[in-house]
Amino acid sequence: MPAPTQHRLIFQHIDEPGYSNDIDCYLRNGGYEVLKKAVAQKPEDLREEVKKSGLRGRGGAGFPCGFKWSLVDRKSGKPIYLIVNADESEPGTFKDRYIMHQDPHQLIEGTMISCFANDVKQAYIYIRGEMPEGARILEKAIAEARAQNLVGPNILGTGYSCEIFVHRGAGAYICGEETGLIESLEGKRANPRIKPPYFPAVLGLYQCPTIVNNVETLCHVKHIVQQGGAEYAKIGTPGNTGTRIFCVSGHVQRPGYYEFPAGTITMGQLLNDVCGGPLPGRTFKAVIPGGSSAKVLRFGERYKGKRKVGTDMVDYDWGVEDVPMDFDSLAMIGSMGGSGGVIVMDDSVNMVEALANINAFYQHESCGQCTPCREGSLWMKKISSRMVHGEARKEDAALLKSVADQIPGRTICAFGEACSWPTQSFLIKFKDEFEGYAEAKKNLPADRLSLV
Amino acid sequence: MSTPTISPSVNLKPETLARIDEVITHYPVKRSATLPLLHLIQEDAGYISEDAVLWIAQKLELQPINVLEVVTFYPMFRRAPIGRRHIKVCRTLSCALLGGYKTCENFQKEFNTTLGATSPDGEVTVDFVECLASCGTAPVVLIDEILHEKVDAAKVKQISAQIRAEAAARK
Repeated sequence: MPAPTQHRLIFQHIDEPGYSNDIDCYLRNGGYEVLKKAVAQKPEDLREEVKKSGLRGRGGAGFPCGFKWSLVDRKSGKPIYLIVNADESEPGTFKDRYIMHQDPHQLIEGTMISCFANDVKQAYIYIRGEMPEGARILEKAIAEARAQNLVGPNILGTGYSCEIFVHRGAGAYICGEETGLIESLEGKRANPRIKPPYFPAVLGLYQCPTIVNNVETLCHVKHIVQQGGAEYAKIGTPGNTGTRIFCVSGHVQRPGYYEFPAGTITMGQLLNDVCGGPLPGRTFKAVIPGGSSAKVLRFGERYKGKRKVGTDMVDYDWGVEDVPMDFDSLAMIGSMGGSGGVIVMDDSVNMVEALANINAFYQHESCGQCTPCREGSLWMKKISSRMVHGEARKEDAALLKSVADQIPGRTICAFGEACSWPTQSFLIKFKDEFEGYAEAKKNLPADRLSLV
Repeated sequence: MSTPTISPSVNLKPETLARIDEVITHYPVKRSATLPLLHLIQEDAGYISEDAVLWIAQKLELQPINVLEVVTFYPMFRRAPIGRRHIKVCRTLSCALLGGYKTCENFQKEFNTTLGATSPDGEVTVDFVECLASCGTAPVVLIDEILHEKVDAAKVKQISAQIRAEAAARK
């Protein structure tokens, strides 16, 4: 079956010739009309539309956005904050960068609508420190919107006021975790907070109710309010509504970003039809479907079980290529859709070396407050690097797996899971390669690319 | 008895000081301005000195350790000067799969330096950094504030020549 055609909702204007990131261009393309419409409605009605839309957060967890908003403590009498999570750092993910660089006003409009819907008076955009250009573009865009009375005091004469400030991170991946991000915004080390009691919706920034949403999620809100929640929910599939942006990197002919109605495209269609298949003379070996912490899939393996289609339970028997790229199907086969970052590895890659690369990342990024994660990520890195650069032993495979198995569920935040899933899944799916690495290493081409 | 006041010596440009005073107003709690102040001072002075830590602590009414622990947590803040240009090569998987390690090695050769060190002429520091969120155009390199995409061997040569030309023009 050929791949469906792209449906560019969020990325409608990305890479469009002549489209610039200033407010005049945005206004010429119908910009801020939805905000004007929104501020004439009741905030609770807007929240209801988002609930009806079925929108799931695009930062990685896929948590229903309308439900997240419904958890906000609106009776505390404290101010409610909204933080835009623009700390895009999950390896393999690169969609938010393009939104902020090329279409910043779409984000600002979505943010202002979300602020109005939740009675937020102050929003912060927490952007990665490594995106100084993005921070400048956003600051300029906010200033432009303020000059047009779309941000700031008494927006469009409605009496509603809301300010947005850009706040830059400084190179720490853990700031993408929402409570770590809040700590960082408070001027501290980004050590995630323990939940309960520190659910951001109740005890977030400055111990006030706080909403943290991903850049892309807030852009979807604009389109939901524009079309109505019910209409938006017709895009995609039930439970996976709207569009989904896939960021494909690694060993394919045409890496890049592609937007499709959620749940309508399979891994095979995405990698072969859309991205042009493997590089010449190569075959696909493995793919990580949702950012580097998602569990790896091995080409050639099969997934069998029963799944719900409408009201019926039907059998499925999929190869990697057959898996629909939605949150639920990827979870069903033991991985996750995560942030939409698809990393492809072909048969030139040795999986021990690829894992050593990933382990070095997680060791570098552990915040260090929980012992299992701090020490576990360090040992996984040390063992896998030693296998590559020093002596590899057959028993290293079991050792790595045992370290990884002792981390998840024993940490304050989900980083514990994120850092152990790669090792666990690589060891299950490519056990032979880890156990045989000491021997195989002798015959690997000396001029192969270093991965660690 | 009055507490002796320390006056840490930081020499900041007037526009940096103005931006510092402005950015503090963005937050209901002064401590939130710690990261913005560190960025502004590092952009102005090149690194975060001991005195800068004390100065920020006084400015935001914090203990110096509250600032120092932030400096040591975030990889972007440095406590010593580096070369005039900062070459940050992405080390993470998608870039590595397309030759990121080679790119990093080539930059070190071009400037006769090693990883994390500054070139003998003081011009360039080459570092590895983790994922720069541009995996579709791997390998990527952030030089100061500009992102360079698909940096293969030829592009390393081209960028290096340009850096050398700019350095020569300054002399």
